[in-house]
Amino acid sequence: MTEMVHGAAPMRAAEPVLPRWWRTVDRWTLSCVLLLFGVGLLLGLAASPPLAERNGLPPFHYVERQAIFGTAALALMFAISMLSPDQVRRIGVTGFAVAFVALALLPVFGTDFGKGAVRWYSLGIGSLQPSEFLKPCLVVLVAWLMAASRQAGGPPGKTLALVVILAVTALLIIQPDFGQAALILFGWGVIYFLAGAPMPLLFGLIGAGVGGGVVAYRASEHFARRIDGFLTAEVDPRTQIGYATNAIQEGGFFGVGVGEGQVKWSLPDAHTDFIIAVAAEEYGLVLVLFIIMLYATITLRALHRLIRERDTFIRLAGTGLVCLFAAQAVINMGVAVRLLPAKGMTLPLVSYGGSSLLAAGLMLGMLLALTRTRPQGQMGDILLRRGR
Amino acid sequence: MSRTPLRPLARILEARARGENPDTIERENLRLRRERADDADRQRAEGRLLVLVILFLMMFSVVGARMGMLAAGNPQEPRTASIGTPISGARADIVDREGRVLATNMITHSLYAQPHLMVDAEGAARALAEIFPDLDAARLTRQFTDPGRTFVWIRRRLSPEQIQAVHDLGEPGLLFGPREMRLYPNGQLAAHVLGGTRFGREGVRAAEVIGTAGIERALDDTLRDPAREGRPLQLSLDLTVQAATREVLQGGINLLNARGGSAVLMDARSGEIAAMVSLPDFDPNARPAPPTEGDQADSPLFNRAVQGLYELGSVFKVFTIAQALDDGGVDPDTMVDTSGPLRWGRFAISDFRNYGEELSVRDVLVHSSNIGSARLAREIGAEAQQSFLSDLGLLEATPVELAEAPGAIPLRPENWSEISTMTISYGHGVSTSPVHLAAGYASIVNGGIAVTPTLLRRDSPARGPRVISEETSQHMRDLLRAIVTDGTASFAEVAGYAVGGKTGTADKPRPQGGYYEDRVLATFAGVFPADEPRYVVVVTLDEPVETSGDEPRRTAGWTAVPVAAEIIRRAAPLLGLPPDYGPSEIAAGPADALTPVGN
Repeated sequence: MTEMVHGAAPMRAAEPVLPRWWRTVDRWTLSCVLLLFGVGLLLGLAASPPLAERNGLPPFHYVERQAIFGTAALALMFAISMLSPDQVRRIGVTGFAVAFVALALLPVFGTDFGKGAVRWYSLGIGSLQPSEFLKPCLVVLVAWLMAASRQAGGPPGKTLALVVILAVTALLIIQPDFGQAALILFGWGVIYFLAGAPMPLLFGLIGAGVGGGVVAYRASEHFARRIDGFLTAEVDPRTQIGYATNAIQEGGFFGVGVGEGQVKWSLPDAHTDFIIAVAAEEYGLVLVLFIIMLYATITLRALHRLIRERDTFIRLAGTGLVCLFAAQAVINMGVAVRLLPAKGMTLPLVSYGGSSLLAAGLMLGMLLALTRTRPQGQMGDILLRRGR
Repeated sequence: MSRTPLRPLARILEARARGENPDTIERENLRLRRERADDADRQRAEGRLLVLVILFLMMFSVVGARMGMLAAGNPQEPRTASIGTPISGARADIVDREGRVLATNMITHSLYAQPHLMVDAEGAARALAEIFPDLDAARLTRQFTDPGRTFVWIRRRLSPEQIQAVHDLGEPGLLFGPREMRLYPNGQLAAHVLGGTRFGREGVRAAEVIGTAGIERALDDTLRDPAREGRPLQLSLDLTVQAATREVLQGGINLLNARGGSAVLMDARSGEIAAMVSLPDFDPNARPAPPTEGDQADSPLFNRAVQGLYELGSVFKVFTIAQALDDGGVDPDTMVDTSGPLRWGRFAISDFRNYGEELSVRDVLVHSSNIGSARLAREIGAEAQQSFLSDLGLLEATPVELAEAPGAIPLRPENWSEISTMTISYGHGVSTSPVHLAAGYASIVNGGIAVTPTLLRRDSPARGPRVISEETSQHMRDLLRAIVTDGTASFAEVAGYAVGGKTGTADKPRPQGGYYEDRVLATFAGVFPADEPRYVVVVTLDEPVETSGDEPRRTAGWTAVPVAAEIIRRAAPLLGLPPDYGPSEIAAGPADALTPVGN
């Protein structure tokens, strides 16, 4: 009785949180995420000692940091995956507000770490890249706006979403960070596509995207250099791409052997943007295909679950999140095999980087929360012969 | 699509009749409509999600397939520098007219360091300084330990022994880069013709070899043309003749205490140069740096045969006499007034010796009378003389395939006055190179057809325009032969080769104006065999002195002529010319030899 009065142990008709989470969460995706994180640590062991040596740190400094951040990211993922879709939406919208302000203030307080683009906040223990956290939150916000616009008497969600997206894109281009801008536009495009965008408009937008790329090529030297590098038929072996291609070829099917790789000594970004090259060189095609399979499994399982989803918001947000995640992986690996122009994009969960890891944890936590099995009204369908 | 009305009248009236609230019907219909819209949305979304599934499946497959293709391919040796054209070290060989190698390529290695790969930078620097004494250990240590440097060139070329020595250091940060280097196996033999090379653009895996002088530079594009596919460049030079010529000339210079000298041996009909020597010379494998002070003309790099423009003196009289015979209305026996000195304004032309009142045209040449040829030239006139010398190619740069040739433009008087005409008639006032002279002589003696000198092998003689008649050419051959038999060039007699030729002893001009008394440029321009000329030889000696007699002798007859004779004696058999001792000797000789022996 006292408990009921003071609300210390609320009565609950449903089963406890953890068993219900375990029963409803997509355990396959969860396994894949854990495996990817493990692969990331394994590759970090190979790829980051040269960098640590160059910076005068103990050889496994970056691996330790990766483990610490990774654990934090996994904890974040587990915590968020236990939330309800409504709570996910609230976190997304609040997170977006915070991340947007942080992004807008970058030109004032940010630092460029000598890399030519102001993308980071330098904190005491590490750096923070607000755009990484902005991405999943933005997807949730956009999905929410679009879903709301479907309701009777709902707000003009599509227009609002467009305004938000354009504002964020503008901020990213100022940095400049064309990769993230393109990724965010892609996420918005997927959500809009799913929310029922008319086909002619979609094609028009693709055309405009290509036109915008041409304009950016003409206007920005940063951008033009990378495209030129991609379009040249010959690979200059002294570029990152040249090293990466060579590393993949050296690796062959089963790799040159653990610790035997050379590419990590030559590539400044071996532990982040080109980690797949390290994987290919030391462990060979086998590990690379395994990594690709893990990403594909996460992506396809999530999409499969979302196909049956009846709630518009969940469907839109879930699809946006998983597409963002998959696109980032595809772009990162596509760059290493010269299918795409060089682009500073991390391999989610595998590449080294605190922001990137935590943001991936946030994104996957949201995704797991949204793809948990929920009653989808199938009974009602059967009983009431509604729907299909 | 027909829309069901939200408030169908029939049902409303029915409900009213039953006393129910008709708004519930509208709400129910609205709910149904929204559910239908949601269903439609969902179905469309299902289709579009399937599209996304396929899209991502394809993207992952493409990346995976591409990875597989790359991994299955053999790792290519990374090519160097795709920026601009790739560095190609390929360069065609150069061979002589018989195919003997004059210039070829050899694989060597460059040595470079990548300090960040080094185990013991200071030890490596010390060891390298021991292997290469010219390297400075302290400087290397500084370069190797500079954290900003990832690359240091150490040597451009290594010998196999040096490669082994560096290899034995076992330092992983010291790396070898293969490249081709130019090798001149004959050393100094044709130094001025070949010139030399240097490295152009250098990469770790190859280096460009660029010609710096001589034919290597003049025909650089041809030699580096990938379309040649390694076909060698064939020169007109004959290696053995070149060697003999150089040896004899070097000996002559030593004996006669000359500062230097040159020799050119040219095919009289085709203009092909069979030998071209300029001394002192150098080794093109280690081409010295050009001198920063002193006279460039004394440098070993200076090609006297092509670059040296000299007032060659009496050898020019041949051109005057040839022109006079060809269109001056004279024949070899026409008498010419040689009383001297010949005064023109404030100038006075005199002879080495006084030849009396008059000489025949023939004797003007044989005894080398300045006054006689000056008078003949005055008859010819400035304009005709200029055009004749121009036809012989004596007033323009030679087309010889050397980088230095286009710069050697003969010096001529700005105002070709009558006095210029008269001095030029005996070789003062126009400065030409020995190659010019050889080409001019070839044109005079070969029947009168102008030749263009060349260093490349020609398959057929190039037919130039006619400069003098066949008959004049015959006269000139006889006159040149007479100079050797009766005149100033008697030392040029080489048994069996009927040498003809003209001497020239020109006082060297002082840099500050006027001429030296005791410094001459001695020249012999000859032809052999004189009755049917095959080769022209031009030998010049710079400041020779013959000191065997009571007083020093400097004239060409005592200096250049014996050297040229020795060159002919050595070179003619090598050129495939059998000696011709005349019918009488052959008749006398074999008669004894073939005395039948009875058994």
